[in-house]
Amino acid sequence: MLTYILFMLVVGSIYALLAQSLMLSWGLAGLVNLGLAGFFAVGAYASAMLTTWEQAPILVGVSVAVLAGGLAGLLVCFSTLRLRDDYLAIVTLGFAEIVRIVASNEVWLTGGTDGISGVPVMIARDTGVWFHLGTLLITVAAVILVYVLQRRLLASPWGRALRAVREDQTVASVAGKSIVRFKAQAFSLAAAIAGLAGALYGHYTSYVAPDQFQPLITIYIFLAVTAGGNARPAGAVLGAYLLVAFLEATRFLAEIAPGVTALQAAALREIAVGIGLVIVLTLRPDGLLPERSQKAPAS
Amino acid sequence: MFDAVLQALVNGVIVGALLAIPALGFSAIFAVLRFPNFAIGALATAGAYIAWIANVTLGLPIVAAIIVAFLSAAIFGATLEYGALERLGRGGALMKAIGSLAMAMVIENIVRFFFGNDLRAFDLPLARDLVFGPIRIGPQQITNFIFALAIMVAIWAFLSFSSLGRSMRAVADNADLARLKGINPRLIALVTVAVGSGLCGVGGTLIGLDTSIDPLLGGRVLLSVFAAAVLGGLGSIPGAVAGAFVIGMVEEITVLALAPAYRLAVGFIVILVVLVIRPSGLLGSKAG
Repeated sequence: MLTYILFMLVVGSIYALLAQSLMLSWGLAGLVNLGLAGFFAVGAYASAMLTTWEQAPILVGVSVAVLAGGLAGLLVCFSTLRLRDDYLAIVTLGFAEIVRIVASNEVWLTGGTDGISGVPVMIARDTGVWFHLGTLLITVAAVILVYVLQRRLLASPWGRALRAVREDQTVASVAGKSIVRFKAQAFSLAAAIAGLAGALYGHYTSYVAPDQFQPLITIYIFLAVTAGGNARPAGAVLGAYLLVAFLEATRFLAEIAPGVTALQAAALREIAVGIGLVIVLTLRPDGLLPERSQKAPAS
Repeated sequence: MFDAVLQALVNGVIVGALLAIPALGFSAIFAVLRFPNFAIGALATAGAYIAWIANVTLGLPIVAAIIVAFLSAAIFGATLEYGALERLGRGGALMKAIGSLAMAMVIENIVRFFFGNDLRAFDLPLARDLVFGPIRIGPQQITNFIFALAIMVAIWAFLSFSSLGRSMRAVADNADLARLKGINPRLIALVTVAVGSGLCGVGGTLIGLDTSIDPLLGGRVLLSVFAAAVLGGLGSIPGAVAGAFVIGMVEEITVLALAPAYRLAVGFIVILVVLVIRPSGLLGSKAG
């Protein structure tokens, strides 16, 4: 039972990183990233390939995963930033699919659908509960690190300019802000955070395969971020842990429902998540922790 | 080699005709409601399953099954828009796009709940391929192609000659001006969503007739449909049709050189290239 709770908390922390990634690109910069699962996968694969096949230290693997995520983000957003925002939504959705296709088919590179097993873990597995607890501490440290970073960015002139870009591009560009540069920076930084989440995930489950990066994860994180509050780091983190609690509760409910097969139970959960997202978007789009508007400094 | 390319082009034209139907639906919805509806893939799946029930369980002929698919997908799409998405529109077009993606997941899983993940096939007579020199075509492919062309002609006639169709084009062109002329934008939006969703349902059925159906049928062609619409110019109806034929042919040619799984990648690459070189697409007006 303890192991189960720790496992869920680690997953929650990974989701909290993803939620912060989405908060940065969507909540702050207004850039919809429907390919979050793709960036998550890029990070997981980058670190898993380096550490498993090249025996690189985990720290090197994770750093490369962050860079790979950021680079992928830059490439994906590059083609659409000058266009209307719906183009980015379409391109990111496609990107996540492409990552999965490449991961499933380039067996020499990614192990194909079998994935990569035996990815090195951060804490030795034979330490029992300590394996989960230690990993949890590391992932929570990552969540806090990203949280502090986001808070600082938000309070900085960069964060203010970003929100100005989100609210009104014309006004922001009249004020001399380069819209494209701010958006590219925000999107790429967000993708790098998703890459970090992917790397940590791979080093926890010690297994990386295309099936782990279904588009479903993107929807999960959208639900987490809208429920928690999409423009505050604390909201995103809170939303991620609530999401895991919600998912586990629905899993439990689906299991005790009579006459429902495992496949049907999984389908019911996904229906609940989809409807949940639309309801939250409709009723409380600002989430539990709405954005605080900053007061103008006293002159 | 030449024969293989020729065969791929013929297949591409047929695939393109099937893609054109949901691409038309997607573009029409985008033109009038101004958001990318990510639920079109799931609507195609739902339409295909309804048609399958009509054809296999109830024993109706294929033409009747296609009509049933159109009507039910139209009702699903309209219910989705007015039951869930319309209220999200206050938060901007992107909110509707996200909501439509969530609803796509809901529809896909409702299908999975009732039908499972098994492949299903329509009740079709077995028939020998027709051979024209080096080219082989299945008779069902020809029938599907004719169905698709007939639907395109019907849509073209609807948009050109009926007053409702002309009002749709007016709203797509300039919603404010259309309102001044006394066109009710809500009614037009409803008709557009219903017709667009219905077309997706028919497209899903035709694709199911061509291959087989499973809950991911629509999700698999989603990128190709987007690529067709972006290539033609988002929101352009003739553009979507032209784009679909190009995408169909490029996909089939790609299969000659790369693993079949990369067929899906074609759509993505085309979208990227179009956005970098000519964001307004082949026939679109503006993309800014």
